[in-house]
Amino acid sequence: MKDRVADFWREDAPVDPVKHTMRPIVTGTSVLGVKCVDGVVIAADTLGSYGSLARFRDIERLMKVNDNVLIGGFGDYADFQHIMKLLNQQTIDDAVIGDGVYRDAPSIHNWLRCVLYNRRTKFNPLWNTIIVAGNTYTGEPYLGYVDKIGVSFEDRSVATGFGAYIAQPMMRRALEENPNMTCVQARELMARCLKVLFYRDCRALNRFHIGVVTRAGCEISGPLSTDTDWSIGANPSGYE
Amino acid sequence: MYRNQYDNDVSVWSPQGRIHQIEYAMEAVKQGAATLGIKGKDYAVVVALKRASSDLSSHQKKIIPIDEHAGISIAGLTSDARILSRFMRTECLNHRYVYGSPLSISRLVSQVGDKAQTGTQIMGRRPYGVGLLVAGCDESGPHIYYICPSSNFYECKCMAIGSRSQSARTYLERHKDEFKNVEDLNELVAHALRALRDCLPNESELTTKNVSVGYVGRGTDFTIKDDEEVAEYLKMIEEEKPAAAPAAPAAGEEALDVQ
Repeated sequence: MKDRVADFWREDAPVDPVKHTMRPIVTGTSVLGVKCVDGVVIAADTLGSYGSLARFRDIERLMKVNDNVLIGGFGDYADFQHIMKLLNQQTIDDAVIGDGVYRDAPSIHNWLRCVLYNRRTKFNPLWNTIIVAGNTYTGEPYLGYVDKIGVSFEDRSVATGFGAYIAQPMMRRALEENPNMTCVQARELMARCLKVLFYRDCRALNRFHIGVVTRAGCEISGPLSTDTDWSIGANPSGYE
Repeated sequence: MYRNQYDNDVSVWSPQGRIHQIEYAMEAVKQGAATLGIKGKDYAVVVALKRASSDLSSHQKKIIPIDEHAGISIAGLTSDARILSRFMRTECLNHRYVYGSPLSISRLVSQVGDKAQTGTQIMGRRPYGVGLLVAGCDESGPHIYYICPSSNFYECKCMAIGSRSQSARTYLERHKDEFKNVEDLNELVAHALRALRDCLPNESELTTKNVSVGYVGRGTDFTIKDDEEVAEYLKMIEEEKPAAAPAAPAAGEEALDVQ
């Protein structure tokens, strides 16, 4: 519609050309999430990659939306900042009305699904995958996934990017062996998964945040890191 | 009083600081047939007296469902009520689509109030001539709200509006502190019908033809009962002493303050 010749001459036609997202620029890698009996734990490292350059090594990819919801962002960091701004404004608007109504995790998840799917339909996606973690209105833990093409679902464990291939099997096995995992155990699981990701994902960093939501509230802790052993890397064969 | 000089437009104040058009709009509610709502512990109930414009026509529907968790009962201009109820339905639907959960009643009511306010301020428009009793249930429990043609809205424990509703308000005032402990839906409906009985014109009684009952609660979607389904509720209050003689018709109603 914006390409019509007649539209070019309209008084109210935009001065700048219409731009569509073609590719992500500064990107974040995997976000992991696990739903526990007493809450939800999510984790993400603090790296903003500029292609293959590890450019911004202290960015926050986990965000507290309100006392009941945390989100983690994978993909284009500018688009994630845009989403954070929109969500912050929602929280402010609710506080200003002051009637006690707040958004729970499923509501935020649904809202994000609408926004992301709408942008995908206009061929101008927000190039992100968002993990939504938090409480429902009745206090149950909730973990959701929504991506740039509007795919959205809930699960006991979720992961984006490389995490879906490397960490997800680890998290699923851990949940199978321990179906009643607590948040404390999940934090250890996250650290283990992020360590493997640091070994295997070329766009990962050994510096991360972990976010925990329980009925009591939510907090993001970090930056943390794990011990890694690169000694086998000293004499690889085939890479001389 | 020189009321007539300043009442042609809604955008004109009177020297006493009143806007007469808004007050006239509130009169329209008093012309409508009575309806009332009561909030209990887990349920919100509305009942209405349906009027038939002639013996040949059906009784005018007074209770309109809005969403699974909310409905309204109207008094005043029915056509204005249709517009507002359509607005309320789309707001509720949009909220469900975007957030996946029901719109909280306080938000719904304030959105209607904001929409109605434009008709009380813009030249060339008029206020909506209908009073709405909103019965709904959300995270914080059951609610009854009254939305006035002035676009003011009030959260109520119980409220009665329409023609001859003063006697119903008297009954409600007497019992208002009991309602919050009433857990049984039927008991709440019985209270409502007893109050409604006081709004009848002379030599009329509550029948399955002229009474409508609506209710909503935690875990109970908004439901309307008409015609034969109302009979069981009427039976509950049948054996009781008839109420005091119905109040004299509208002439004695006091003027409402414009806030």
